[in-house]
Amino acid sequence: MSTIQTQGTEEVHPDVLLVNRARAGDMEAYEKLVRQYDRQVFRIAQHITQNREDAEDVVQDAFLKAYEKLEQFQGNSKFYTWLVRIAVNESLMRLRKRRTGRMVSIDEDVETDEGSMPRDLADWGPDPEQQYGQSEMAEILRKTIQGLPPGFRVVFVLRDVEGLSTEETAESLGLSIPAVKSRLLRARLQLRERLSRYFRNRSKDGVK
Amino acid sequence: MTCSEFLAQLDDLIDNNVTVPVRAQLEEHLRGCEHCEVTLSTTRKTIEIYRKHEIYELPNELRERLHKAILAKCKKC
Repeated sequence: MSTIQTQGTEEVHPDVLLVNRARAGDMEAYEKLVRQYDRQVFRIAQHITQNREDAEDVVQDAFLKAYEKLEQFQGNSKFYTWLVRIAVNESLMRLRKRRTGRMVSIDEDVETDEGSMPRDLADWGPDPEQQYGQSEMAEILRKTIQGLPPGFRVVFVLRDVEGLSTEETAESLGLSIPAVKSRLLRARLQLRERLSRYFRNRSKDGVK
Repeated sequence: MTCSEFLAQLDDLIDNNVTVPVRAQLEEHLRGCEHCEVTLSTTRKTIEIYRKHEIYELPNELRERLHKAILAKCKKC
């Protein structure tokens, strides 16, 4: 019979060990952190800026800024959440540069009823993606998510695509938890509504 | 339970964040409401599809280039 160990020590996240080594000047440790999170930072930056060059710049600037501020990293939040916050700010800065004169904010609540009540109630086929090829599918998903207001888009991406918790998403974006929750619901419903156009079960409607 | 009340709990249901009695109420509503059933299943599918498909890929070549640039800049600071 195995016994359950009750005497546990506080587990240290492997990232914290890498951060500590990087602080002491170990570049290999920092490179490991870069390799671990570069894809996520790139995706988040693409979703916010919707511009490939900007996203590349954000990856560089976010990791450089994180390195410069490594001393300020407290360790009471995850390194990843902390990095995402830097990446989101860098992305918004790039976006503002491109759209001078236009307010770009993820803080403002978007007044919209779209998607708050589902309208398209047709069911989807069991395997809706099968109707489309891989690249066509990616195009549909890109186009669909780009149509959402930036504040909804980024909440959906962090929460549902990148797998952050509600609390971590709120922390990364500097939003309240109720704000994250309300945006997430509307983002999910709007995306669902928009994707229905492509995925609704056609045979049921008699549309061929 | 009305459809609006169901919808208010939709995220918590999807994220598995509801208590046992609330879940029972939601399931009770679902049994009699095809619309909410469809909304739930297609919203779940929406999330699943976005998780599964990589829509902004970072190609290896670009990745290596970015790493080099990042580390070179970090070494200077």
